[in-house]
Amino acid sequence: MSAKIFIPIDSTALSLGANEVAEAISKEAITRKIDIQIVRNSSRGLFWLETLVEVETPKGRIGFGPVNVKDVKSLFEADFIKGGSHSLALGLVKDIDWLKKQERLTFARMGINEPTNIDQYIEHDGFQGLKNALNLKSEAIVATVTDSGLRGRGGAAFPTGIKWKTVLDTKASQKYIVCNADEGDSGTYSDRMIMEGDPYVLIEGMIIAGLAVGASQGYIYLRSEYPHALKTLNEAIQIATKAGYLGNDILKSGKIFHLEVRRAAGAYICGEETSLLESLEGKRGLVRFKPPLPAIEGLFGKPTVVNNVISLATIPIILSKGAKYYQDFGMGRSRGTLPIQLAGNLKRTGLIEKAFGVTLRELLYDFGGGSLSGKPIKAVQVGGPLGAYLPESQFDTPLDYEKFSEIWAVLGHGGIVAFDDTVNMAKMARYAFEFCAVESCGKCTPCRIGSTRGAEVIDHIMKGQDVNKHVALIRDLSDTMLNGSLCALGGMTPYPVLSALNHFPKDFGVDAKESKA
Amino acid sequence: MEKAVNNSVLSPEDLKIVHHCIADYQGMPGALLPLLHAIQDNIGYVPELVFPLISKALSLSVAEVHGVVTFYHHFRTQKPGRHILQICRAESCQAMGSDAIEAYIKKKLDLDFHETTPDGEITLEPIYCLGNCACSPSVMIDEEVFGRVDSQKIDQLIASLKGAA
Repeated sequence: MSAKIFIPIDSTALSLGANEVAEAISKEAITRKIDIQIVRNSSRGLFWLETLVEVETPKGRIGFGPVNVKDVKSLFEADFIKGGSHSLALGLVKDIDWLKKQERLTFARMGINEPTNIDQYIEHDGFQGLKNALNLKSEAIVATVTDSGLRGRGGAAFPTGIKWKTVLDTKASQKYIVCNADEGDSGTYSDRMIMEGDPYVLIEGMIIAGLAVGASQGYIYLRSEYPHALKTLNEAIQIATKAGYLGNDILKSGKIFHLEVRRAAGAYICGEETSLLESLEGKRGLVRFKPPLPAIEGLFGKPTVVNNVISLATIPIILSKGAKYYQDFGMGRSRGTLPIQLAGNLKRTGLIEKAFGVTLRELLYDFGGGSLSGKPIKAVQVGGPLGAYLPESQFDTPLDYEKFSEIWAVLGHGGIVAFDDTVNMAKMARYAFEFCAVESCGKCTPCRIGSTRGAEVIDHIMKGQDVNKHVALIRDLSDTMLNGSLCALGGMTPYPVLSALNHFPKDFGVDAKESKA
Repeated sequence: MEKAVNNSVLSPEDLKIVHHCIADYQGMPGALLPLLHAIQDNIGYVPELVFPLISKALSLSVAEVHGVVTFYHHFRTQKPGRHILQICRAESCQAMGSDAIEAYIKKKLDLDFHETTPDGEITLEPIYCLGNCACSPSVMIDEEVFGRVDSQKIDQLIASLKGAA
């Protein structure tokens, strides 16, 4: 039998040359007349080890990484196919500490399967949640999701079950399930990993959502920056339809669910749910006033569930193992697990799925291994471009929605970007305003005008002109944006700005006492 | 230095493609974005010349079509270069020195964002996050992402684009 070699097809692995590595291994095997089978699996999310090449042995899958094309010859010389010793050898992949210390529920299959192989998905507990859901009444599915304590993983942390209940209770001839896959936060890639690596778990979650609220049509609103995810999702939808999981008669139950991917077009604001709905309807992505809530009047005016990729991809395990199983992970009111994404200046970056409660320090140093540059970590931004910058003194905060709000920070979509001490925080505050100006939909004045004025005022501060006066102006402007903006873009831009100012006043040329005024 | 600008009229072949796209998407609910994507995927941009055709097919005003095309960063109304080089400007890439990469590329190509090299080879665009933040800094060329880029890697990538011409 030919030896099985696993080489990830995830786009981060590809960005580091996984295709070239696969080609080199294939060529070298032919030259040496060794019979191999290359499997293109999803990534484990241990991105600092990509390209992570795994070989199947009687003891389990043994890893080698990070592999570059230049390492391929020596890997063969070391007989890596039989697990031979090599400087890049990592031992059994499942025993790698970084992976072993995680609690992978939503990401249970990540790195193991071929993304669109539906038989492998089924072999690894796929569609169990759907099968259970088909035997339940809508109310019971919604109750299971409510009891699990799952809160929206896109960033707003709204209880998923309550949102579903509203849609279920609203009578309408047509309802929709919309998956928000417009993952635009810097430092985040968990949605992308699911869509590229385990697309059926998202599809299954959306079908269950449809059964729960009585919706027969689903849309995945996918950002245009993810071409690989688009291809994988479309292929998976086609296969799932053929296999009877989607369409007019789901697993011969008589239930209907159709699913379609729609491409976004590079507007960050369309990650905001009402702007997303406008965009899906073919319009400019202008934020809508609420009420009415999308759960009551959403897409094309019909009741609509809008959930993030991770929320929906977590539904199958909740329905398959029960609400209590999921609820037992976590702390306080933050139940279950959070896919945390380490990014920026860290030695060991990647996907860490952990129960809520892990501290930033554990993530940055135990998992992350400190900064890649070797310099001290000065600040981390948690929760994307609208998240606060946290200084070292706050690194012992546990990841929990409420604990983060106590220190005026957000968990958001779970992205963590680390900066070393070369960063200038006034510049990052300026960037926050600049980003808001680029991405503002323009509907409300605080965001549209405030963002541009904010960048201008910080320019004065950075030039040392009337610093105290301009700092006071920034605080006043931030207050207007926080309280007067229509949505989170303008309303949360003050988080990175003021946290940078409060924690790193020296970078703005003010002393700590004045800035806290 | 003069930058390449292309105001050419639409070729009959491109116009035919646009008509095909319109026929394909006309009946779809919320058809405008999928249609604009189809046009741009096929001919590289959405020229203003076709706005009236789209507006008629979807029963929208030309102003509405214009409003949508110009709202989204992804759509362009000018013909781009043969390759599109996008530099990520988001925080994770900044934490790994993307500012220096951006400056290096701009100097090397003598281009600012949204401009095309005089030989029509490369259009330079900013982008805000490619989801490759575990391996910053990143750039995207056409639909391919490259992680952990440095000036040497950029030289290689640009040389390969020029070589492929």
